[in-house]
Amino acid sequence: MTTATLDVRRIVGRFSLTSMSHVGRLAYFSVELVRALAEWRIWVPRAFEQAHQVGVGSLFIVLLTAGFAGAVTALQTGYQFETSLPVYIVGGLIVQTIVLELGPVMTALLLSGRIGARYAAELGTMRVTEQIDALESLGRSPASHLILPRVVAGTLMLPVLVIFADAIGILSGYWFSATGVLQLTSADFIYGAQYFFRPWDLWYSLIKSMFFGLAISLVPCYMGFSTRQGAEGVGRATTAAVVSASVSILFLDALLAQILLPNA
Amino acid sequence: MIKLINVHKRFGELVVLDGVDFTVNQGETVALLGTSGVGKSVLLKHMNGLIHPDSGEVYVDGLSVPHLRRKALSKLRSRIGYVFQFGALFDSMSVRENVRLGITDQECIADDAYCRNRVSECLDLVNLPAGTGDKYPADLSGGMRKRVGIARAIAGQPTYLLYDEPTSGLDPVNADIIDKLVIKLRDSLGVTSVVVSHDVRGSFRVADRIALLHNGTIRTMGTPDEVRASTDVAVLEFFERDFETFLDAAG
Repeated sequence: MTTATLDVRRIVGRFSLTSMSHVGRLAYFSVELVRALAEWRIWVPRAFEQAHQVGVGSLFIVLLTAGFAGAVTALQTGYQFETSLPVYIVGGLIVQTIVLELGPVMTALLLSGRIGARYAAELGTMRVTEQIDALESLGRSPASHLILPRVVAGTLMLPVLVIFADAIGILSGYWFSATGVLQLTSADFIYGAQYFFRPWDLWYSLIKSMFFGLAISLVPCYMGFSTRQGAEGVGRATTAAVVSASVSILFLDALLAQILLPNA
Repeated sequence: MIKLINVHKRFGELVVLDGVDFTVNQGETVALLGTSGVGKSVLLKHMNGLIHPDSGEVYVDGLSVPHLRRKALSKLRSRIGYVFQFGALFDSMSVRENVRLGITDQECIADDAYCRNRVSECLDLVNLPAGTGDKYPADLSGGMRKRVGIARAIAGQPTYLLYDEPTSGLDPVNADIIDKLVIKLRDSLGVTSVVVSHDVRGSFRVADRIALLHNGTIRTMGTPDEVRASTDVAVLEFFERDFETFLDAAG
């Protein structure tokens, strides 16, 4: 019993220490990035390359996911509200669900796997093959050459992808609610969408997308940059990056809803 | 001049350097020998600030490397070429782009014509054909990758060249080519070099002085003749495997 208690304490202690050391190193890492902002001649062109890869490279899968999300939302809403409520509510519900939650969160979770894993694996491999050391030994900053372009691209491109995801999600939701059980008319859908819509909702969607974009690029870059111990270390860093980025998204989602939505 | 005074370094419980004193004079080539995992690369990385000592001093040109601020350290590193054990070439870039990244003079980086010429010059210095510039690291053999690593290290016209196992993993013919290259670069560029190696024969050929790192300290350091004359058991044990070579080299 005593041994078990001690073990739990040891586990909790070790976990706390590891977490605190990660928080400290991530803070130091972020300060390095802020310093690197001054070297804009280096990171701006590279950020465009990365933004192209994040944006164009992810567009198809984001649109596909958003289309299915809109369709499922419409079908399930139709199933639940078939007789009990005015049908125009469905329009409002679909738009609000897509814009406030499904668009940003699903896109971010998708990209945490696609982009987060890629960033962590790329930087992790560069670390274990001494490419990052080589860059430093040439008197160049890894922050401005490698990290900042990725973080800027992730932070700025996620809101752009979310706009596309929102648009396709809503269109798909409208299509399936018009052709599904409810046979919703365009007028009902638009009336419901406008009735519940507040312009702030769109801003909220984009603001939280930027935070999600920061999380899915910063956390994996940090994990990749801190990789140790060869191929196994790269694998471990990649897994940890995707898990941490996904958890960060969920945490930020709750936190930003609390802070940014009035009367939440 | 590179000078390390009483340098200590440990990773967790593992003591790697336990009071290392090491000096490299201007213009000379020093070979740093030792068994695998003894800390030769760790010691080398102290010289350009990639690793900081737990205690002790590291000076390059009179500057205390661990205490340099970011810009001063970058400036110092631009004078120190570092050749990595496995090349550490940027695999998403062509050979030409890799070597161009080694050009550290800020005024020249923007000058395309200068950079093109400099890259060709460096590839030529390491005996690589001009066509190699368009290839990617994955298309190169181990020996060629090492030579591209050397070309990148010399592109910034460094005062110092630090070689981390430049001949490891190479066949004797390629190892000889690299050894000759180390000598050629010393003679043509006048650089001060530190060569970390396992290769006893090669080290005796290229070095003005030889040091043996053993149990975290420099066990012996001197000219090839002084090292040959050593009666230290640890030194003799290290060279025992290459004993014939050792004697051959002694003539």
